[in-house]
Parts: sequence; C-alpha cells; structure tokens
Amino acid sequence: MASHILRRLLATVPVVVIVAVLVFLLLRLTPGDPAAVIAGDHASAADIERIRASLGLDRPLLEQFFIWAGTLLQGDLGRSIISNMPISSLIAQRIEPTLSLAASTMLVSLLVSLPLGIAAAWGSRTWVDRFTMVLAILGFSLPVFLVAYTLIYFFSMKLGWFPVQGYRPLAQGVLPWLQGLALPTLSLSFTYIALLARTTRASMLDVLSEDYIRTAQAKGVRTRALLIRHAFSNAAVPVVTIAGIGITLLISGVVITETVFNIPGLGRLTVDAILSRDYPIIQALILLFSGVYVVINLLIDLLYLVLDPRIEY
Amino acid sequence: MKPLIRTLSLALAASLALAAAPASAAEQPKTIKAVMHAALTNLDPIQTTADIALLHGMMVYDTLFSWDENLVAQPQMVESYTLSDDKLTYTFTLREGLKWHDGQPVKAEDCVASIQRWWVRDTLGQRIAALATDISVVDDRSFRLVLKAPFGYLLDALAKTGSNFPAMMPKRLAQTNPSEQIREAVGSGPFKFVREEWVPGSKTVYVKNKDYVPRNEPPSGTAGGKIAKADRVEWIVMPDQQTAQAALMNGEIDFIETPQADFIPMLRDTQGVKVETTATFGIQGILRMNHLQPPFDNAKARQGMLALVNQETYLRSIIGNPEFYQVCDSIFVCGSPLQTRSKVSYPDDKARVEAAKRLFKEAGYQGEPIVILNPTDSALSNAAALVTAQLMREAGLNVDVQSMDWASVVARRPNKGKPSEGGWNIFISNQSGMTASNPLTNLGLAATCEKAWFGWPCDEKIEALRNDFATAATLEERRKIAQALQDRADESVPYISFGQWVQPVAYRSDRLSGILKLPNSFAFWNIAVK
Repeated sequence: MASHILRRLLATVPVVVIVAVLVFLLLRLTPGDPAAVIAGDHASAADIERIRASLGLDRPLLEQFFIWAGTLLQGDLGRSIISNMPISSLIAQRIEPTLSLAASTMLVSLLVSLPLGIAAAWGSRTWVDRFTMVLAILGFSLPVFLVAYTLIYFFSMKLGWFPVQGYRPLAQGVLPWLQGLALPTLSLSFTYIALLARTTRASMLDVLSEDYIRTAQAKGVRTRALLIRHAFSNAAVPVVTIAGIGITLLISGVVITETVFNIPGLGRLTVDAILSRDYPIIQALILLFSGVYVVINLLIDLLYLVLDPRIEY
Repeated sequence: MKPLIRTLSLALAASLALAAAPASAAEQPKTIKAVMHAALTNLDPIQTTADIALLHGMMVYDTLFSWDENLVAQPQMVESYTLSDDKLTYTFTLREGLKWHDGQPVKAEDCVASIQRWWVRDTLGQRIAALATDISVVDDRSFRLVLKAPFGYLLDALAKTGSNFPAMMPKRLAQTNPSEQIREAVGSGPFKFVREEWVPGSKTVYVKNKDYVPRNEPPSGTAGGKIAKADRVEWIVMPDQQTAQAALMNGEIDFIETPQADFIPMLRDTQGVKVETTATFGIQGILRMNHLQPPFDNAKARQGMLALVNQETYLRSIIGNPEFYQVCDSIFVCGSPLQTRSKVSYPDDKARVEAAKRLFKEAGYQGEPIVILNPTDSALSNAAALVTAQLMREAGLNVDVQSMDWASVVARRPNKGKPSEGGWNIFISNQSGMTASNPLTNLGLAATCEKAWFGWPCDEKIEALRNDFATAATLEERRKIAQALQDRADESVPYISFGQWVQPVAYRSDRLSGILKLPNSFAFWNIAVK
C-alpha cells in the first residue's frame, strides 16, 4: 500500500511538469498583453512598452520560463503581474470561501442524494422513484444561475432569511458563515443531488438484482441492514468516483455560483486572471488544480480498497 | 457523558448567539458599502490610466490644486503660490500640518518627486516637463518650478482629476520608476487604504484619515474641504449586476457606482433608494479609425464614416433612456466651457448613407474588408461595434467584425500593420467628458502621428492649434482655438464621437446624504452615514 501511494505521488511529478510547460506556452500564445491591461485604455504604445519591459515580458520566452520555473522550484509561486501581490497570499485569501462552499455542497448533496437514490432503487417504479427521477431531471435541466436567482428572490428579497450575497469568514462566527453559505450551497447542490442520486439509484439497482441480496432477503435480513450494509457498500464505488470528480469541479470551477452570490473564491480568481492575462496567477492556479485532481484521484483509489477489499494495486 | 454534551451544546448555543448579536450602534463604525464599476487591482494612479485607480487615488492622495464646480483650479494642498511677472517662475507653499498616512510630515521634496513621476506619464505633465528648466525645493514647505515659456494651463494641470492625475505621495514612493507599480498606497488624502483587508478582485477597504486637515472652504467640485464623514468605506466587487441591484434593494450595500440601465426603473421604484447623476460632464464615445491603413489613411473615407455616424442611433442602442444621453456634435462635449459647433450635418439617414457612399468612392475604396475589433466582454463597446458594422453595411461597405475579449483588443490595437496581418481598421472606446473637454487632454484629438494614441492621426494643423491653445491666456482665446480645432477635426476626422451620456449612481438615500456632484468622477468625502 505504502509503495503504491509513493509510486502514485512520484507519478504526479511528470504530470505537473508537463502541465506547467503546456500552460506556460499556451498562455504566451494566447492573444493578450498584461502590460496593455495594466497601462489602461488611455495609455500610449510607448507607455505599454515601458511597462512590458519593467515586467520582463520583453525577454525571450525561454528566459521567462526558466525564471518562473526557478522561483517555482524554490516554493515561490511568484507575484501577480497586475496587483503585485504574492500569489500565495491571493490564493490564501480565496481558498476558505471555495473550500467552505465545496464542503457544504458536497455534504448537503451526499446527505440528500444517497438516501434518495437508495430509496428510489428500493422502491423502483413507485412514486419515490418517479419523484427522484423528476428531481434529477430538474437538477440537470435548470441552470444554476436560474436556481440561484429564484432562491435569492424568495429567501432573501421576500422572506429576508438569508443575505443576497457575500461570504462571511468562519472567524466572524458560525451563524453568519452558515447564513452566507446557505443559498449558494442549495443552488449548487441541486445539480450534484441530481447527479449523485441517479448514480446511486443505477448502481443500487444493479446490486439489488444480485443473487446474494435475494439470499439475504430470504434469510430475513432487515431492510435497513440489507440496503446499507449489504447493497450500498457494494454499490458505493461508482458513487465515490462521481463524488470525487464533483469535489475537484467544485474547487476549480464554480464561477457562476461565485459570481451570482458574490463569493470571492478561486473560480473568480481564475476568471479574473484570465481576463486580465495575469499569467503567473493562471499558471499557479492550474498547477494547484492539477495537484488537487491528482490527490483526490489518489484518495478515491485508496477508498476503493476500503469499500471493496477484492481490489488490489 | 451527558453533562459533557450538555455543556458543549450550551457553549455552541452561546457562541451562535454571540455571533448573531449585533454590536451596539455606538461601537459600529459608520461604513459605506459601495459597488464600484471595476475591481481595484492596481494601486498606482500614475502607472495605470484605469478609472478605478483614479477613484482609489482620489480617496488616498491629495493634489496641490483642485477644480471647483466652475472648473477653476483652486489651491488644495497648496496654501499660496506666486507667479513671476514674466509668467515663468511659480513658487508654491504647502499648507501647514499636512501629514502622510504613515505619520510623516508632507514636505516640498515629496511634492517635487511626485510631480517628476507624474510628468513622465501624463500628457499634460509631459508638456510641463518639456517646458520646465528647473523644479527645486526652496524649504520644507516651498518649491519652485521654472518654465522656459509661459504655460497658461499649469494650475489646471496640477488640479487634473482625469487619468493620470497628479497624486502627491512621499518621496520614497514617488521615486519608483513610473512604469512600475508602487508597493504601498501612502498618501495624505482624506481616507487611508487598509492593505491588510485588500482582496484584489473582491474587496478594498479605506478608513477615515483622522490626521487629515481639510480646507476651510465648503466643498465645490473636488476643491474645498474634503471632510471624511464615514469612518470606513468598503468597495465590494460584484461582477453580477442583478446581484448588486438586489443587494442594494435589500439594504446590504449602500451604493452602486454604475447601475445597469435596465435596472434603473426598478431601483427608482424602491423605497429608500435614489438614482442620481453626479458626474455632470459624463462620457464621450469614441470611434477610432486606423489612419495608417486603407481606407482610413484617406481623409475622405474618414469623412464618410463621420457621415454614417448618427449619434441618436448609437445612444438609443447603448444607453436607451434619453434622460441619460444627448446628441452632441462638439468634440469638446456639450456643457463644457469650450463647447463648439460642427458644421457637418445631414437631414436624415438616407442623406448620411448617400454621402458616405460618395465619400468612400472618392477615397478609392475597392471593397476590401474593414476590420472592427469587437470586445464582447464590454457591453457598451460591443453594442457600439455592432451598430457601426450595421451602419457600414447599409452603405455597402465590406465589414469584418472580429469578436474577442477586451484584453485581446488592447493587445492588438498597437499593431500598425495591415488588418490581414494582425492589424485593424476600427475600434471603440470612450473618454470622460472632462478629458474630452480640453484640446490638450482630449485623447482622440492629439494628431502627433506615431506618438499619438492608437490610430495614429497625423495632422500638423491640429497640432499647431493645440500648441496655440497651451499658451492662450484667456477663455475667449481658448474658445476661438477650440472652434478652429473643431472645424479642422471635421475635415481631418482624427476620431468620431458617437455621443455623450451620463452614468447615474444608485444609493440608499435612507442611509447616505451629502453626495457631491463632480465634473467627471465620484468622491466619498462629505457623505454622511445615518
């Protein structure tokens, strides 16, 4: 097991190197010039040139790459071209809202979707199943922003239960933190509930048709134990896979939710950096996200071992 | 076990109650929560010309002079000044008791260094730098500026509130290369920047500068006493206008600098919310052609475009509500002291199209594609680019609208090459009415060939008139020159204005009072918070 983990971690090194080189080159080939963005609309070409030189963007591409790679190897993500802030600080400012939103969304999604999916599979072709399917179709069909605006209209504007926007750090108190997270979590969870409930239902239907389930039923195993201990533990592998992918997506790309609810997370940092061609931030974030993907995939693989002891690496 | 659970439950309940309990009114700082038009990502109003950096600059920095509501430069940091009889030597004396936000006293050497940094970047500053033979410290509170020729616009230049504005900063910061961003935002203005709370792209926080010594005069324009009545100002970035509008209606924020036109009727109907125009000069739309490449290297083709541009069509499409726009044929904007009249006019759109067809034919236009750069992430420029394309198609022109984001437009427009090789023919921009109102600052008017703003118009007559303007002593003289410039611009067409509009602000009138009307920007001083 330990050697497997080590091998997997070592395998991330070439992945990260390839990602780093590709991202660096692709960004430089994309139209756009951070010096022009900094200088502003009214600056002259000469002003832009001077700023480009002061940022070192007029140097050969290879030289720029080695400067960046050198600082990266020293553990320094560099500074934002636009704000001149250390990128590590910018990420630190944004990581709490993103992690909070990702965690709350996953928690709500799992708490709702797993019982729903299991119940739908157990009561296949009954009203529970149909209700779950309708909910799943709605979850897939309704755009997140529509759900978000609807929730804002009812729960913020009409009832005044939750704020329209903004993130309150946990340090300001648990209640404000939960209040700020409630609506974004609900609107984002809708899609994940749909996805996970459908996956759980499909996976459970497969397992419930197995002979050993029938045998367990014949032996008088109680329904709850049958569903949870005997069926779900075997149906959980695909659910864990989908949940893992969901977590990585939540960390790297919930831009619409962050925008509608004005949550200063990593998604918005990424989009802002792309729009202003802030190369060092984009490079650092993509490296971070690729690292998150690798780690979460590794954790999922390890979880498979717990869920299904027959799996070997 | 049970007592432990009970204790933990009580502790949790107590902490939740504590978190939810509002602090008493006396403890809470009077805070203005404002949604601005853009995120502050650059702290240096000298390095960048971005409007948001200018507004940040007005919070943190002070200027030697300021414009009053009649656009007359009034002393601000300066207590008094003298001008020699030959109008070449200015001696400025600073007010007593001025302090930087780091507690150090403001000295003449700081102001000298600040001016020297500013005049590298700014168009007006560059004119002063070219005329200056000496700028030196007399004593801690006084410095001298010696020119080789009179420059009637010097005080106005030092009072400028458009980008780049002459922000005064400590010498140690002012010595930063003007092309590099300063590392700290330390000024002597009415608000202090709180670096620890700055989240670029999300939030910027200012607190009242308790050491600020305001002038005794009442506020007028950006001149007079700048009294910070709010303890704290938070600029919150909200990329989604719908959210910002809902937050204002819900009372979560106090102010939106640029509410979207569609939401204005709803905001007006909300109790406790007021929509008001504060920047009186507004904004002028710019249609810029590339003077180096055909067909716009020929003045006839540029005149053809001028004929096509019906401002009403643009403004109806971009702004919508006639309350906020006006058709204005003056390149120095309507309502300014230098407002001019254009001699170019057409009875209707049919006449415009006929004139454009004739003029393009005279220019030798052969149907080659005309490339319009269209920044789709800027609602205003996108709409203007699409209107332009449609008007040109109606005149039988071959239009190639190339859609991209704004960052790609600003990267592409320095390209002087052919449109087929990465160059361009037309792009859309805008400038504040204040910037447009003066021939020396009007962005599109400068016709200094390769040194001019992108599009590179080259016109000796325009430049001669602008130089005359710089030395004109009276308003009457300036007006005459401005009209001559308008007449010349009608022939040479360095750029085309597609209209003038104002941007109203929306705010909680049940919370805020005392919002000032300024020519081209917005100020947070003088605003009282209930």
